[in-house]
Amino acid sequence: MAKITIDGRQFDVPDGRRINAIEAAGQAGVEIPHYCYHPGLSVVGSCRMCLVEVGTPDPKTGQVRVQPKLTPGCNLTVSDGMVVLTRSPKVQEARAMVEEDLLLRHPIDCPICDKAGECRLQDYFFRYGRAGRRTDLMPFSSRRRDLGDVTLFVDRCILCTRCVRFCAEVSGTSELMVTRRGAREEIDVVPGFPLRNNLSGNVVDLCPVGALGDKDFLYQQRVWFLRPHAAVCTGCATGCSIWVEENQDRIYRLRPRVNPHVNRWWMCNQGRYGYHHVHDPGRAAAPRRREGAAVSQPDWTVLVGELGERLRRAGRLGGVFSPYLSVEEAYLLATLLRSIDPGAVLAMGPVPAIAEDERYPDGFVVSAEKAPNRRGVEEVLAHFTGPVPGFEHFLDLVRRGEVQGAWVSGGYRDAWIGESAARRFEGLAVLIVQDLFPSPLWERADYALPAAAFAERDGSYVNRGDRLQTAAMAVRPPWGVRPEGGLYWELLGRRGLYDQRAVLDELSREILYFAVAAGPIPEVGVDLKLNRLAGSLEEKTA
Amino acid sequence: MAAFEPVLSANFGKPESHTLAVYQAAGGYRALGKALRQLSPADVQGMVRTSGLRGRGGAGFPTGVKWSFLPKDHPGPIYFCLNGDESEPGTFVNRLQMENDPHQVLEGTILSCYATRASTAYLYVRYEYPLARRRMQAAVDEAYAAGYLGKNILGSGFALDAYVHCGAGAYVCGEETGLLESLEGRRAWPRIKPPFPAVQGLFRKPTVVNNVETAACVVHIVDRGVEWFRSMGVPPDPKVLGDVGSLGPKLYGLSGHVNRPGCYEGPLGLPCRQVIEEMGGGVWKDRRAKAVVPGGLSTGVLSAAELDLPLDFVGPTRAGCLGLGTACLVVLDETYPMFDFLYNSCRFFAEESCGQCTPCREGTHWSMMILERIKAGRGRLVDLDLLLEIGDQIGITPGTTICGLADGAAWPIKTTIRKFRGELEEYIRRTNPQGHLATEPVPACVEPCEAASG
Repeated sequence: MAKITIDGRQFDVPDGRRINAIEAAGQAGVEIPHYCYHPGLSVVGSCRMCLVEVGTPDPKTGQVRVQPKLTPGCNLTVSDGMVVLTRSPKVQEARAMVEEDLLLRHPIDCPICDKAGECRLQDYFFRYGRAGRRTDLMPFSSRRRDLGDVTLFVDRCILCTRCVRFCAEVSGTSELMVTRRGAREEIDVVPGFPLRNNLSGNVVDLCPVGALGDKDFLYQQRVWFLRPHAAVCTGCATGCSIWVEENQDRIYRLRPRVNPHVNRWWMCNQGRYGYHHVHDPGRAAAPRRREGAAVSQPDWTVLVGELGERLRRAGRLGGVFSPYLSVEEAYLLATLLRSIDPGAVLAMGPVPAIAEDERYPDGFVVSAEKAPNRRGVEEVLAHFTGPVPGFEHFLDLVRRGEVQGAWVSGGYRDAWIGESAARRFEGLAVLIVQDLFPSPLWERADYALPAAAFAERDGSYVNRGDRLQTAAMAVRPPWGVRPEGGLYWELLGRRGLYDQRAVLDELSREILYFAVAAGPIPEVGVDLKLNRLAGSLEEKTA
Repeated sequence: MAAFEPVLSANFGKPESHTLAVYQAAGGYRALGKALRQLSPADVQGMVRTSGLRGRGGAGFPTGVKWSFLPKDHPGPIYFCLNGDESEPGTFVNRLQMENDPHQVLEGTILSCYATRASTAYLYVRYEYPLARRRMQAAVDEAYAAGYLGKNILGSGFALDAYVHCGAGAYVCGEETGLLESLEGRRAWPRIKPPFPAVQGLFRKPTVVNNVETAACVVHIVDRGVEWFRSMGVPPDPKVLGDVGSLGPKLYGLSGHVNRPGCYEGPLGLPCRQVIEEMGGGVWKDRRAKAVVPGGLSTGVLSAAELDLPLDFVGPTRAGCLGLGTACLVVLDETYPMFDFLYNSCRFFAEESCGQCTPCREGTHWSMMILERIKAGRGRLVDLDLLLEIGDQIGITPGTTICGLADGAAWPIKTTIRKFRGELEEYIRRTNPQGHLATEPVPACVEPCEAASG
C-alpha cells in the first residue's frame, strides 16, 4: 500500500496499481483540473492545466523536498511517500495562466454554444481563473467545418487533441489530425478521409469545450434542462451503460456511462443515436381489439379482465419472448402463461444479428447480436422449460395446430416479421401481440397491445458477458401504453404498483443463474458468472 | 598557456576539405582506429565523462552523464541521432562543420556510437542546409566504401549503419524529442518527459541525441586525450556544488554589425569583447555595440556594459541571459532600434512554436500580437509591463511547458525590456503620441483569426 499525501491529507493507494496524480487525487476527492488527459487515451501532457507541485522523500534522509519544477499530474505516477500540492500559490498561478491563455483567442460563443453548462473552460474559469482581465474581448464567432459524422467549430478548439488521439487509438481509424503549426493550428480530417466510423460520436463527449458538435444533438436542448437517467443501451448484446437524458419526457440524447467492466467510456453510434424510435409518431399508441372485421379501441380497465379470460379459454398457450424484454418482464410473462397453462410453450423470438462482431483496438466490441437481453431471457425461459425453442420451431408448432393461444412480445426497433410468417398465426383461438410498431402480425392480432420502449421501463438486462445491469426508466410512455411489467403484474393479480426490484428479488431466489442479483445491484451491474462456491455474495462488485 | 590550436575548424578553408582523402591526410580517422583497437566502449565513455565535455547545442548538459542514462545491458537496438537541425537564430557553426569537415562530424558520430553501443546513427540535417546534407551523405558513402561504416568496422566487430535524414523546416525539430518525432515521420511535437530518450527514444528504444559540435569534440578527446581537452576553458569552481566547468574548444559564431563576421575557434570562456574585437575586428563603420546576443536568440541580449563577461556556461547568466547557448554572437550597433529586435524575436518564436502546449502557443502569439499593435502605432507604455508578465508566465516557473522553446521565447523579451526600457518607451511615445498612456485592457489579437466572422 503506497501512502501519499495530497494537500496535507494522507491517502492510501493499493499496491501494484500505477495511477497518476489526477486519478489519485480524484479518489481522494480532490479535483486536479485537466483538459487533455483522459483515462482511456494516451497521456500527452499538453494542456498544462494539471500542473501540481510534487515532493518525494530523499532516499537517504527521508525528508520530503518539494521540487521547484511544476509537474503535470497526468504524467506523475504516484509512489510511496509522495507529497502532492494542488492548491499552492504556484499551482494556482499556473492554472490561472493556462485558463487566461485559452480564453485569449476563444470566440465569444457561449450564448450559441451547445457546451454551455457542461463546459470545462467555463467551469475552470469560475473555479481557477484570474479575476481581472489583462486583455479585452475580441468579439467574434467561430468558423464551422464539417468533418463527416460530426461538425467542428474550429475557433473554439483548445487543441487538447483528445479527438485526434481517440481516432488513432480507440477507433483505429485516424481520420482526424492537427494541421498547421503554433497558434494557427486547427483540427481537420486527413484529406480524403472524412470522420466516418461507428464510434465517432464519442469524440463529442471527449471534447472539453464546444468545438465538436454532435449533428443529432446540435441546438436541440440546453443541457441544464436535461435530466440524466442511468440506463443500459438496448442496441446489441454488449449492453453499454448509458445515460438517457431527457426533458419533460422527451429524450434529447444518449451518452455513455462509465463502466470499467463493459464499455469503459464509450458507446457506438448505432446505440447512441438509436433512440429516435421512442418518439416516432408511427408508434402504436393505444390498444386495439379485433372481432372479426370489427376493430375497437377498448379501455385498459376492461382489457385486463378480457385478456385473462381469453387466455384461460384458449387451450394450449404459447409465448414468443422478445430478446428486448427485461428479465423481470420475461419472468412475469412466463409465470403468467404457465399459471394458466402449465404446459405453455415458451419460445425465444427472432434474435436479430449480423455476421460479425465489430472489434476495436482498445478492446471495445459492438456485438453482432443486435438485442440486449437474449442471454437473460433465455435463462429465464430455460428455468421454466428446459431447452428453449426458437422462433422457427414455434412457427412450426403453430402451423401444426399445437398452440391455440399465443402471446407475442415484439419490441423490435425495425420490422421483424413479414407477411408470410404473420399468416401462420391466423388460425389461433386468440392472438395477443404486444409491440412498438404496426406490422403484418399486429394487423392480425385479436388484441394488439402497444409496447413500451426501452427508455420507458425499469428493467434488467444480461449482456454477452453474463453481466446483469438494471436500467432505470427515463421517460413516460405515450398515454395509451401500459408497460409490459405493469401489465403482467396486474394480469397475475398482484397487488399494488409494479415493483421491478421485487420481481428481480423473486426470480433471483427462484433461478440459480440469477442468484447473485439477490443483493443490491451496483451501478456497473453484477457478474452473474461469479463462482458461488468460492466466494460470498458480497464479492460481486470486484 | 600555449597558443590556441584549432581542431574543430582546422580543415576549414583547405581545398576539398570535405573529402575523405583530405581528412585522412590530416590525421582523420586516427582516433577511430585507436578507439576500436585499444579502447572498450566503456573506456571511451569514461574519457568523455572525465573530459567534462558539455553539449554544444545550447543546453550544455554534460555529455558523459547523458550517455550514462542509457540502460545497462539493454538488448538493443540503441540509436544515436546527430542533431544537425541548427535553427537557433544567429547560429551557423554546425553548418560550416558539416559543409567543410563532414568527416570529422562523422568520425565523432561513429566514436559516440561505439561508446554508447548504438547500432544505427541518424544524421538529422535541417532542410535549409542542402549543401551540408549533400556533403554529409557523400561522407557517409565514402566512409562505407572505406570500411568506417557498415559491418565489422576496421575488423573490430563493431557494426554501424548511418543514414542522413532531411528535416522539413521547423525550429522545434532541434529539440531532441521533436527531432525524434520528426525522424519517425510524425509532427514534430516534443514528447513529455519522462520517459527520457535514453530510456525510450527513437521508436521507443534507448536513444542518444547529440549536437554536431559535441560529436566532433569526441574525436579530439579520444585523439589527444582528456588532459588536453581539460587544459582549455574554465575549470570547475570548487565553491559551486556540482559545477563541472566549461572545458574544451568552442566554435564561436560571430555575425551582425562587425567587420569580420565568421566562425572562430577558441577555448571556452573567452570574454565576449575579445571575440568581437580581436576575432571579429570590432564593430563595423567605427560604431559602438549597443547590444549583443551571446549565444543564439534564445539567450537574450547583453547590454554594452556587460561585454566583459566570459563566454562559458555560467558567464552570460550573470547578466540575466538564459545561458551560453551556442556561443554564436550577434552584434547590434548603436543605430539599431531595439524595438525591431524585439519584434523580430517575438515573430520568430510565435512562428516556430509547435503549438502543443498552452502557455507557449498562446504566450508567444500574444507577445507577437502586442508587438504588432505597437508597430501599428497603438502601443501603450503598460504593454512593456504586460510583456514582462507574459515572459515570466511562460518562462519563469520551470516545468510550465513541455520543452524549452518557451524559455527561449521569454528571454529575449525579458532581457530586452529590462535593459533597454528607456529606448522602448521612447519608441512607444513617438509612435503613439495620443494613446501611449492608456491603461484599459485592449484585445489580445490585432484582428480576429483569419476568416473568423465578426
